[in-house]
Amino acid sequence: MKEKIVDTLDAAVADIPDGARIMFGGFGGAGFPNNLIQALARKGTKDITAISNNCGTRDGELGIMFKNGLIRHVICSFPGPHANHFQDRFAKGEVTCELVPQGILCERMRTAAAGLLGFYTTVGVGTEVANGKEERVVDGKRCILEKPIHAQFALIKAQKADALGNLTYRLAARNFNPIMAMAAEFTIAEVDEIVPVGSIHPENVITPAIFVHRIVQAKGLRYAG
Amino acid sequence: MPDKPRLTREQIAQRAAQELTDGAYVNLGWGIPNLISDYLPKGITVYFHSENGILGMGPRSKPGEEDYDQVDAMKVPVTLIPGASFFHQADAHLMTRGGHLDVAVLGGFQVSEKGDLANWKIPGSKGSGGIGGAMDIAAGAKKLIVCMEHTTKEGGPKIVKQCTYPLTGIECADTIVTDLAVIDVEPGGLVLRELAPGWTAEEVQGLTDAKLHVLANVPEMRLV
Repeated sequence: MKEKIVDTLDAAVADIPDGARIMFGGFGGAGFPNNLIQALARKGTKDITAISNNCGTRDGELGIMFKNGLIRHVICSFPGPHANHFQDRFAKGEVTCELVPQGILCERMRTAAAGLLGFYTTVGVGTEVANGKEERVVDGKRCILEKPIHAQFALIKAQKADALGNLTYRLAARNFNPIMAMAAEFTIAEVDEIVPVGSIHPENVITPAIFVHRIVQAKGLRYAG
Repeated sequence: MPDKPRLTREQIAQRAAQELTDGAYVNLGWGIPNLISDYLPKGITVYFHSENGILGMGPRSKPGEEDYDQVDAMKVPVTLIPGASFFHQADAHLMTRGGHLDVAVLGGFQVSEKGDLANWKIPGSKGSGGIGGAMDIAAGAKKLIVCMEHTTKEGGPKIVKQCTYPLTGIECADTIVTDLAVIDVEPGGLVLRELAPGWTAEEVQGLTDAKLHVLANVPEMRLV
């Protein structure tokens, strides 16, 4: 069996290179891989393209990465009211940003996960989001072509993992995590608990092990606001 | 501008809540829409949807009972009603975009006479702005209600012939509930359906850039 469990957070992110494209799970303070983000910030991996719903909560979540100037470009739907470090760097032109409608962000990642090359949607037609995109009419409806979002890594947060990498999530901390796990080439999961193989009933597995490449156990971190 | 009382934000929410029916699947956006769950008509059950993957949200959690893994799209800890479910964000937006929600209610900066909605960015505002789930919701809900004040703080019209603010979606709004009126977006234009107490159709038209089609004897809004 291939060993996926690593002992430390620093080991979990040790081989992420400068310039990597990385997906980060989490929404609304829930389901953020905060320990992995802290480890990546300690390592100082830079020139990152980040794919995330938001851009941090003050120093928390992705905030530390923007504060330390480690992210160069971000693809997100809603930077958020407390993404001050992102907004500071964005105002100075040190970070570029592509805003994507939240559901389309999900589907573009799923498109990458599914090996598809794009899809047509009515979402964003006639808005800034449509700029530069192919527009056509399908079945009488104006729509635009959206292309997949790929990433080399996904950093995600789950509740339980077994040694194979089967994952469960807690309540609404699921959010973007299962989607990013499927979309990235290499998925690193921070989990509350590692349990014996077979102890998660197959019916209850939410992310199957095939999508998970590395697991590290860490006590959850949460940022208020 | 006539100096008469208008509906409060709570009263706008109260009126919009009357549009919800028993068993409906409903998404509420930021601002006034978020107040609607406090004013549901008695005896009906509504399944509130949150784009982070919850169907069947109940009231906000009581102090001391919050679980920060169970939050709504505004990061507020919420309770669940019997029959609730969790799912991931892609399925949550499959519900918004795919026409599975019966009603969505969003706030608005401007609505055009064709039902175009602008609600995510004010021109010239600082910073990146943020779209969130609004474009998916606007594009896909079976019925989209926009709740907003009828005019800007400066008294300018927000219901316009053509939006000048960055758009959220085109031809998406079905009904507009404001502090002065209830207006339906019909194929032939905007139809004035109800008036706030004490207001006339002429006065409301005077505060509206787009033409309002006025039927005889427009009723007064009932706030119960």
